[in-house]
Formats: sequence, C-alpha cells, structure tokens
Amino acid sequence: MPDPHRTVPDRVRTLPGWLRLAPAFTIALLIVPVAAGLVAALLPAFGYFPPLGGMGPSLDPLRDVLSAPGIGRSIFLAAMVGLVSSAIALGLTFILLACVWDTPCLSAVRRLVAPLLSVPHAAAAVGLAFLIAPSGFLFRLISPGLTGWDRPPDLLIVNDEWGLAMIAGLVAKEMPFLLLMALAALPALDGSRRRMVMASLGYGRGTGFFVAVAPQLYRLIRLPVFAVIAYASSVADVAIVLGPTTPAPLPVRILEWSSDPDLSTRFMAAAAALVQIVVTLSVLGLWMLGERVAGWLWLKVTTSGLRSGGGPPMRAAGIVLGLAPMLAIALGILLLILWSVAGPWRFPDSFPASLSLRSWMQMGSDAMELTITSLIVAIVPTLVAGVLIIACLEVEQRTGRTGGSRSLLVLYLPLLVPQVTFLFGLQFLSIVGRTDGMIMSVMMAHLVFILPYMFLSLADPYRRFDKRMLQVAAGLGMGFWRQLFQIRLPMMVGPILTALAIGIAVSIGQYLPTLLIGAGRVPTLTTEAVALSAGGDRRALAVAATLQALLPFVAFWIALAVPSFLARHRRGMQIR
Amino acid sequence: MKSMPTDNAALTLIDVMIRLDGRTLIDISATVEPGEVLTVMGPSGAGKSTLLHALAGSLAPAFDLSGTVTMGGEDILSLPAETRRMGLLFQDPLLFPHLSVCGNVMIAIPRAVSKNRHERQDLAEDALTAIGLGGYGPRDPATLSGGQAARVALQRTLLSGPRALLLDEPFSKLDAALRQDMRRLVFDHAKARKLPVVLVTHDPADAEAAGGEIFQLD
Repeated sequence: MPDPHRTVPDRVRTLPGWLRLAPAFTIALLIVPVAAGLVAALLPAFGYFPPLGGMGPSLDPLRDVLSAPGIGRSIFLAAMVGLVSSAIALGLTFILLACVWDTPCLSAVRRLVAPLLSVPHAAAAVGLAFLIAPSGFLFRLISPGLTGWDRPPDLLIVNDEWGLAMIAGLVAKEMPFLLLMALAALPALDGSRRRMVMASLGYGRGTGFFVAVAPQLYRLIRLPVFAVIAYASSVADVAIVLGPTTPAPLPVRILEWSSDPDLSTRFMAAAAALVQIVVTLSVLGLWMLGERVAGWLWLKVTTSGLRSGGGPPMRAAGIVLGLAPMLAIALGILLLILWSVAGPWRFPDSFPASLSLRSWMQMGSDAMELTITSLIVAIVPTLVAGVLIIACLEVEQRTGRTGGSRSLLVLYLPLLVPQVTFLFGLQFLSIVGRTDGMIMSVMMAHLVFILPYMFLSLADPYRRFDKRMLQVAAGLGMGFWRQLFQIRLPMMVGPILTALAIGIAVSIGQYLPTLLIGAGRVPTLTTEAVALSAGGDRRALAVAATLQALLPFVAFWIALAVPSFLARHRRGMQIR
Repeated sequence: MKSMPTDNAALTLIDVMIRLDGRTLIDISATVEPGEVLTVMGPSGAGKSTLLHALAGSLAPAFDLSGTVTMGGEDILSLPAETRRMGLLFQDPLLFPHLSVCGNVMIAIPRAVSKNRHERQDLAEDALTAIGLGGYGPRDPATLSGGQAARVALQRTLLSGPRALLLDEPFSKLDAALRQDMRRLVFDHAKARKLPVVLVTHDPADAEAAGGEIFQLD
C-alpha cells in the first residue's frame, strides 16, 4: 500500500522518455547552423581563414568591400528594395483585408492564398518578367495597335536601375505569405463582433478595420513581417532575375565574390556578408522607427473620429489593388507554361503562332535529372522535419510545456538572419569539412528553412485536436504509439499532408542554400531557372521555371486530394 | 474464444486531493462497490471532470494530485492511462471519425480476447447486433443518429473490458426520451457486469437514476 499522502509525481509516463529530447534536438537544429554560419562568416571577414592563407586579423577585406565600385549603390538598393517592398506588401495586405474582412469574399481570398504561396520566388520572378518586359505579354497585347511598335521598345523595365521590377516581384510574392499569416491571426480578433460594434459607432467596413482590428492584427503578425523584411533585404534569386545589374544589390554581389575563381575575393565576400547583416539590421531598425510614426499617426487619425469610408467604389478599388499583385503572379505562371510550349512567337503577336513540345523534348533528360534532384532534396528533409515536428508537438501536448514566445523566436531565427550571411559562413565550414557539394549538406541546409514553415503550419491543427479522443483511446487500452498511429495521425492526415506540401514548396524555392552549400554541384530546377534567366533562351527558361512552379503545386494538390479521397465515406473527418 | 477477466473489485479513493495553483478543487474519500454508482455533482467549473481525468490518467500537468486510488489492492494512480482499464464516456460519443462503425468497436477489443481479424470482426458485429445496430458495421459513424452513436460508444467501451466506468455528463446532449433509455442501458450494463461507476453530472435526474451515493462539490 503506498503512502496515501504522497503527491502523485508523473502523469506523462505514457510518453517514451527518449522522445522528450525532440524539442531540444530541434531547437539545436535551428540554432546551431545559424550561429555556426554567423561565426564562420565573421572570421574570414576579418581576414582569418588559414585554408586560404588568411592569417588575419585584418580590416583589409572590409576596406576592399567598401572601396569596391558602386558598393554604396548596392547597399542602398538592398536596403531600399527591402524596406519599400515590405511596406507595400503589408499595406496592400491590410487594404485588401479592410475591404473583405467579415464578408464572404474573405474565404475566396483564403483559397487564392495557398496556391500562390506555393509558387517559388524564382518562378514567380521569371513569370513576372515575361509579363512586364518590353517584349513581354502586356506590351504584345497593346502592340502594335496602341503603341505602333512592331519591335520591342528599348526600355529598361526588367532589371531597371531603381529596382522597381524587383520590388513588384517581391510585393507579389510576399503578399500571399502575409495574407496567410493575417488570415490565421484574424479569428483571434473576433472580427464579426468588432465589425458590429464599429458599425454601431457609425464606422464603415474599411475605417472600422483600421481603427478596431489593424493595430492588434499587426502585433500578431509582427514576426512574419520582420521575416519578410529580412528576406527582401537579402534576397538573391529575385534580384538576379528582376533586379538592377550595374551595380546589383548587395546579396548578388556577395554571390559574385564568393564564386569568383580568384579565391582571395572570398575574404571580400565574407566582409560583404557582414555588411549585409548591418544592412538588414538597419532596415529592421528603420522599420521599427516607422512603426512608431505609424502608431502616432494612427492615434491622431482615429481619435479625430474620422469615419468616412469612401463607400463601395473605394472598396472595389481596394480589392482590385490588393489582388493585382497576386493576379500578376498567376498570369506570369500561365505565361511560363505558354512559353514552354510556344512555337514561333514573334514580337507584336499576342500569342504564339503554333504550339510545340520541342522545348520540352530538348530539355527532356536534363529536366528529368534536375526534377529528380530537386525532389530528393525536397522530400528527404521534409520527411525528417515532419517527424521532428510531430515529436515536438507530441511532447508539448503531453507535458503541457509550450516553449512560449522564446521558442517562437527560435523558430523564426533562420528567417530573420539574412540567409546570404550565415549560408556563406556555412559554405566556409563545409569547405573546411569537405562536405561542400554533397547532396546531404544541401538537404541539411534545406531542413533549417523547412522546419519553421512546417511547424507554423502544423502547430495550430495539432493543438486544436480534441484530446478527449486520445483519452477515450487510452481508456480502451491503447498506449502511446497506438494512440499516435491509429488515432491522431490518421485523423490529422489533412493538416499533415499540407505541412509536408509546404515543406516541399519551401525546399523547391530555396536558391541560396542550394547554390552555396551545393557549391554549384547540386543543380536543381531552381538554380537552373535562375542561371537560365540571364541567358537568351526563353523557352528553356520557361521549361525550367514551369517545372519549378509545378512541383509544389502538385504537392499541394496531393495534399488536398488524398485526404478527401481517404475521407470520401467519412463525413466526420475535417479535411481543412 | 476467451473473454476478459472481470475483476469485480471495488474502486477505492483515499484522500484524493486535486489542487490547482494551491487552491483545492477536490478532496474526496469514497468506496464504489462493483455495480454501484458514485455520483459527483456540482456546478460547472467546480472541477467535476478533473476528478475523472485524475482517475483515467489524463489529468493536465498543471494540476497537483495526491492521495491513493486502488482497485482490488492495485494502486491505480501509479499505472499509465492505457493500462488502468478505466472506460470513459463523455457527453459526445467521440467515435473515431476515420474508422467505420465496426472499426470503432474492433479497435476496442483487447488482443488478449482474440488476435484473429475475422474473429474480432465477428465479435464487433455481434456487439452491434446486441444494441440493435446489426448491419451498421460498414457505415460512416458520422451518419449515425445521436442515440445510435451513444450506444456504439457504450458498446465500444464495454468491449474493451474495463474494470470501472467513468461517465462525464454522458446523457446531457441527448433529448429527454433518449436520455431515459441510455441511462437505463448504461446502469443496467454496469450492474450486470459488476462495474463500479463514477458519474459526473449537474442533472439531479441522473443522480436519481443512478441511485447510489452522491458527492456534492461546491
């Protein structure tokens, strides 16, 4: 007989002990590469890297970078594009939400977001280029009728020196992400009731949103916004496809220096990677300053009691404005597909004279190999991430210990530190460890970026799961593994497959990790599409970019189709 | 075909105390004889369900639990939830939505009873016939009526060979006529199998139908 007054110590015995290591292991997986990469970029930046003869410490690399021609402009471009594109993307997101919140349109927007989110940055950028270039679709539509042009005008639209095309590309690509985050946060703010309260105070839908919802919504999506800013100020692939070239934004120049056959420029690249952190941090700092100003302005305007909303015409304009960037991406993807099967397609013609599969045939075996590599590099880390995340969430659910806001910050760490910087450091490390160019290393690098997105996608459905189902199962005599594999996972097949599709989409979209850690020896559809974007072969580019866009799309399609099929006779299964 | 041993032991609670943030929610000592019902009553938020979670082994970690619970001399609280054999019934039937009606019952049959798939299926079909749902096996549980689902949930629990039944407002979502039938069905089964029952409810009619000792929470 046990002592009747003892405190019953432990009610999580059901959980296998070793599984409790999962959260710590996952956190290490997120922190260690970022930290190691940062340190490894720091040392050569100050001239210390013995394998290349750098015995430092020295300020020469930094001096070389800062005296490189056009460096000021490169830095300015990176910062400006990052700041402006994020501000516009956030602004349009809020405008769109203000017009559609608490209306049936909201679910239409929700449905639009997922497929657009799956489009990789590079493919979206190439599609946009096909749309707005002087020889692109828009000019073809109005030529020669409106313009009188029978040859492409000599305009610098794509790769323009102010980075406008690049900003457009980033806005279009970041909006779906911000929308997704905002849509996920919106229910917590109880829109319908706020809308009623605001309406009773005489506020229209739009003004009501900005007064009653926007500030809290922004607070909820602040981390994702920061991730967008950090990404946009250090992005390479979109910059290569759409950005200015003489000089290019800083991240592109870091890439150039790091791939220069003259190994001594590696020190410059490291120093520039350091400058990149300063640039990204400065942009984030400026943004936080902007937050203050915006908050002050908001207070001024809202306390003035201004109510006029502009009515339906303003709403319509807002919806068009908000949807335009996303429609541009959709149109761009259609153009990619069209170009990949286009026969002869002379300039003012809106559509190709004939269709042919020649480009696909020509690319055939190459494309097949690239696709297989891309898939392997995507699927393996996605599965690993899936197992780790489920283990973490299971531990969290069974022990009741959520990591709180600190673990959220760890989750966002790889998204907040400029990719180009710590990946560059990791490249140094992998050269030292002779693991560069190995497909394993590339998969490890992808894992770091896949984990956060998959976790964010799976955490909510996992936490919302009706725990009584598991309590009933335990009462029926099912232990931990049976509860997991026979009850929880089958019931969650929808969210799990969605998370896996997100993992694959994120991996397929990764340009820098593939290029830097793969040392150019692990070519994927992404690196190929970006490499081809500089050349003149539109059709080959179209094939590569189409495939790049297609893979995530297929993954999402499977993630929708399979659960619906499995649950076709099971109405009680919630697919979404 | 073997059947699960019925232990027919009393469920004994000795100084079971549940605290949250230093506040005592429940402090109870009681003995529930086989076939008898202990009814725990109280307003919502008083922690009635918490007691069931403690007995079932699914108490949230935020709670502090002390005391002893035994069945036939065995210390229940030191067992993991899945070996306590505490049959749980909630106000929702909580049939597993990804399984068929038959699958829901089959999953509950202990492997000690039968490892053979066909035999398990036959057992499940028989059990469904016994509650007037013969031929319902292949159906989607979501297509059952509230009363049918409640009966499947009860049968599922009974087939798992429980040593005791823990009922968490199990009749509150059924309409009045159905509630009578379900009450009788549950209590008759418990009596026939000599299972001690802990019932948590806020409905005095439940307590009356149960006919056992009443423990009032406030």
